[in-house]
Amino acid sequence: MKTLLNIKNIVAVLMISALAFNCSNDDDMNTVTPPMNTEPDFSGLYVQQDQMGRPAVNTVFVSSASKDMFNVTPPSQQNAAFQSMFQANLMALSPAYANPGDTNALGLDAATFTGLLATDVLNLSLDGTTTFYDGTNVLTGRALADDVITVELLLIFGGEDFSENPTLSNDNVDANDKPFLASFPYLASAW
Amino acid sequence: MLERQLLINKKLTIMKKMKVLLGISALAVAGFFMVAADHIDAPAVQGGTSDITDFYAFQASSSDNVVFVANVQGLLSPQATSDTSFDENVLIEFNIDTTGDNIENLVIQAIPRDGKMYFFGPTSPGTTGLNSSIETTGAMSMVDITPYGSDAIIKTSNGLKIFAGPRDDPFFMDFAQYGEILAGNATGFNNPGSDTFAGTNVMSIVVEVPKSFLGSSGTVNTWVESKRKQ
Repeated sequence: MKTLLNIKNIVAVLMISALAFNCSNDDDMNTVTPPMNTEPDFSGLYVQQDQMGRPAVNTVFVSSASKDMFNVTPPSQQNAAFQSMFQANLMALSPAYANPGDTNALGLDAATFTGLLATDVLNLSLDGTTTFYDGTNVLTGRALADDVITVELLLIFGGEDFSENPTLSNDNVDANDKPFLASFPYLASAW
Repeated sequence: MLERQLLINKKLTIMKKMKVLLGISALAVAGFFMVAADHIDAPAVQGGTSDITDFYAFQASSSDNVVFVANVQGLLSPQATSDTSFDENVLIEFNIDTTGDNIENLVIQAIPRDGKMYFFGPTSPGTTGLNSSIETTGAMSMVDITPYGSDAIIKTSNGLKIFAGPRDDPFFMDFAQYGEILAGNATGFNNPGSDTFAGTNVMSIVVEVPKSFLGSSGTVNTWVESKRKQ
């Protein structure tokens, strides 16, 4: 009996709210309805086409036939799939790794260097200086003004002390063609 | 202006020629600098709206924040810049691995709709890897895409600073001389070199994020992806 009463009460409450809703709905008929806020369509599946961590990695170390595959291999799987290719291409490219024991200026031999690069992520320090390489800090980020190509040429061709193959280890373009901004959005305006 | 246009056309012609030469030399020397940073790096995306040209990650002018930059559609002349736009079918996704396993724990997604760039996140993605949905449960921010020739339109929303629009390509390199070296026409770089990317633009997405959103200290691993709607 008590349950029935409760149900009756609930039905009554529901009917009152329904009527109240109807009333306010009727009132709306005489007012201007606000424009519909059309939410953009964000549905659907998005499938990977390109990816990038460090500059020039795909272009330098991945063989032509594998470039698309590299772009759709998740970073966590890249080392297993690509390190040996990276090493073969590095050694074919640069005489600086020709002899046993050869390293670059970071002390990395061909296997270790390509082991680092094959996982194509950009490390980013949350603790201070962020730079690709500034003589002190190594791979703590990539700033706009970093001369990443010369750094990479030096690490590929420059040998243990950056002195080998000097005509190949610096493109002698050291800065951008427009100054960067000190504040957001940092990149220079378009030409 | 016309001179610059001619210069760019000339550079692009040289680059096209070099791509042919590089294709040949690639048979001998397995793949070298096709085109620098990541510009037109692979056949499937080359020159299209999902072609990532560059990715940057650095500490902001405020040391409390870091900045992510994704550039797409490289080597745009001023005329080409005024004619182009972001592709509404292309999602740009910044990936952040905070645990050191090179699998993303956080993403910031950017997707254009009707003249605005919408940002979602940083948020933990529903799925990691090659296939993504737009993470609409993440914090949504939006900014008008800056038209070519206008001052940068900047928005601060949900703790992020956001921008989307054409900018000067921040990348610099004597790519032309590199092509000459690869082609066997030169034995080294010139000094001074010549910036092949001078005078060209990219379509740029810039987002500044409080470090506290990413873990506040230590090192994170980051990368950017472009994904096309199926």
